[in-house]
Amino acid sequence: MSTSDTYYIPHKATWPIIGTVGLVIMLAGFANYLNGSSIGPTMMVLGLLVFIVMLTGWFTLQSGESESGMYSTQVGISYRMGMMWFIFSEIMFFAVFFGTLWYTRNLSVPWLGGEGTGAATKELLWPAFEAAWPTNGPGKVGGEFESMGAWGLPFLNTLILLTSGVSCTWAHHGLLAKNRDQLIKGLAATVGLGLLFVTFQAIEYHEAYTDMGLTLGSGIYGSTFFMLTGFHGFHVCVGAIILGVVLFRSWKGHFQPENHFAFEAAAWYWHFVDVVWLGLFVFVYVI
Amino acid sequence: MSAVVAEHDHHDHGPAKGLLRWIITTNHKDIGTLYLLFALAMFFVGGAMAMVIRAELFEPGLQFVDPAFFNSMTTMHALVMVFGAVMPAFVGLANWMIPMMIGAPDMALPRMNNMSFWLLVAGVLLLASTLLMEGGAPASGWTLYPPLVLQTGKALPFAIFSVHLLGISSIMGAINIIATIFNMRAPAMTLMKMPMFVWTWLITAFLLIAIMPVFAGAVTMLLTDKFFQTSFFDAAGGGDPVLYQHIFWFFGHPEVYVMILPTFGVASTIIPVFARKPLFGYSSMVYATAAIAFLSFIVWAHHMFTVGMPIAGELYFMYATMLIAIPTGVKVFNWTATMWKGSMTFETPMLFSIAFVVLFTMGGFTGLMMSIAPVDFQYHDTYFIVAHFHYTLVPASVFILMAAGYFWLPKWTGHMYNERIGQLHFWLSAISVNILFFPQHFLGLAGMPRRIPDYAIQFADWNMISSIGGFIFGASQLLFLYIVVDTIRGGTGEKVTDEVWEDASKHSLEWTLSSPPPYHSFTTPPTSIPTEHI
Repeated sequence: MSTSDTYYIPHKATWPIIGTVGLVIMLAGFANYLNGSSIGPTMMVLGLLVFIVMLTGWFTLQSGESESGMYSTQVGISYRMGMMWFIFSEIMFFAVFFGTLWYTRNLSVPWLGGEGTGAATKELLWPAFEAAWPTNGPGKVGGEFESMGAWGLPFLNTLILLTSGVSCTWAHHGLLAKNRDQLIKGLAATVGLGLLFVTFQAIEYHEAYTDMGLTLGSGIYGSTFFMLTGFHGFHVCVGAIILGVVLFRSWKGHFQPENHFAFEAAAWYWHFVDVVWLGLFVFVYVI
Repeated sequence: MSAVVAEHDHHDHGPAKGLLRWIITTNHKDIGTLYLLFALAMFFVGGAMAMVIRAELFEPGLQFVDPAFFNSMTTMHALVMVFGAVMPAFVGLANWMIPMMIGAPDMALPRMNNMSFWLLVAGVLLLASTLLMEGGAPASGWTLYPPLVLQTGKALPFAIFSVHLLGISSIMGAINIIATIFNMRAPAMTLMKMPMFVWTWLITAFLLIAIMPVFAGAVTMLLTDKFFQTSFFDAAGGGDPVLYQHIFWFFGHPEVYVMILPTFGVASTIIPVFARKPLFGYSSMVYATAAIAFLSFIVWAHHMFTVGMPIAGELYFMYATMLIAIPTGVKVFNWTATMWKGSMTFETPMLFSIAFVVLFTMGGFTGLMMSIAPVDFQYHDTYFIVAHFHYTLVPASVFILMAAGYFWLPKWTGHMYNERIGQLHFWLSAISVNILFFPQHFLGLAGMPRRIPDYAIQFADWNMISSIGGFIFGASQLLFLYIVVDTIRGGTGEKVTDEVWEDASKHSLEWTLSSPPPYHSFTTPPTSIPTEHI
């Protein structure tokens, strides 16, 4: 239990309502776009702008408060708990898609092929279907496709993310040793490697769509492949943005060895994204 | 942790003035009030939808609404009551009570607290807007099963994004509650001295963080199946619609415990005060709550017995489900034992709590009946299940929310509510809720399916009785609305003491504060902790 003297409680908060409005406009715009309404894209951009303004404003406010010493150790504990359980909720989000991959690959596709109690299903509905993985199902949804190999770009991307984990930790050591130069270089390298990862993934997706016939519509293999890797890629982008903010603040002289919650949170998030990728590499690409 | 507010804020101890106060507030009591009032409003919105359902079912044949709208009503009634009324009401209670019960000045993350409330409002508004859309609101039932739900009109993406917003809101609220309980307790408040309400909410918060992302993932796959050509739930592409049911109920079963565990917590708070005895078996209550929460994650497919699972799955989920009766039985036993030889008085909160113990036990037993897989083949998707879960939600969660209202309104407002009208509200509710839901057991056992606007003639009598009970129950709740408004405006005029109920301050810390309590609950942590609740 912390024995700090103060617990900072702000008296008003204007950014939450602004962020909420931005988020709603963005999502309502996306829904309108999906429904074929022409106003959708405009709303999405507008909502996104409001959301970015909120993020900028809220981050500026918080980092200013942190640098002026308004956060006690106890406040820091609340923030760390918050980040920790947020990452746990993200793990559960990924678990859904990993679970989907496991269930379809090991249970429902074999059932369609006649395993277990699926004999009648196969005989009556899909007599020609032989269960195998990868598959686009008995309806051959999306047409012929090639599955994505592990040892080309995906392996390179694994090395890139692992290296970025090292450079992130190197930056942390720099922060703790009051070596500003090492902190900034380490963070810059981490953000750079993150962006390189996303670039390679974009190239991989481009190849899949143009050369391999592998799309989001390629049955259950395409669905799980793009959902898992795409959702992860989105998280890499978010992580890189967070690290970018931390890099900017480091460059401005923020953070002390005893007060750098934002750095820690960003690093935890980055390692989480890293570990998820290892899971992806094994279960989506290798096996 | 003595001084509470930052230096530059020291002059500013009260709330901001005007309407803006409620929009930008970071105060746990203000946000708690917002949650509670929003939940009360949604209780009447969801209730109005229930009235439409009961009016249509008053007689066989199609009377008032067309079948598609009827199905929208059953779907929206459930979503509004679950996500708009019961859950927010308990989050409101958590906001109000947890800092006061653990001796803290406020919640741990006040800005995020504000955002989780407004995201809730945004989510519910997005959901409500689907009522006005081409093709109508979702009509697939609150479970949103594919492929049926993919036939929804323009409403589908709005409903899905509404679920995302509600999920973010719940996760933020849960994170805040966990950080508050772990980090903000008064030094003397050890974990095993916490009031049961705080314990049950701590466990509930973990459930929420674990399940809301799962629901978000499930509906995201619905979205991509509908708009981005994926085949998650389409067998032609190698997917499986049953997969959605597994994911949904992995969320859905813990979700119903999200609504019942804080209910247990409030009951365990109220009963000892009016029995004038310590809670019987405090530590067994804590362990039972944790056990129920753990079991909730490994029993989900008992909602899917008829869907065609391997026999091993049927058996496993049947036996695992039956296990839940053990910790739940411990709780019911403990509440009863708490009242045993107590010097009981029967003010309105106690009446609602006793009715909860009796009627929730009934809902629990019908749950045990349905856990038997071969028997469930008969009950599945009939009015028996409707009767079962309404017994666990209405005379359980809703009754306890009413009890909490009567119990804490004097503390919140400093005014006493009108006991005569409170008792009237209780008796009308307790009698009519049984007229409303008990006959639905008979209807279900006789084979009446749920989610239909019309039915065979042999079901007519019990449906009419059920509807009459429903109308009385609905009308009775207006008394509660009256009492809430009246108490806020001064109530009986009687000035309440700090502890309101006799010796309540021996049970929990909130009764040591003034009525109404100061804007920042505990500016210095209390040194002695009441232990009568243990």
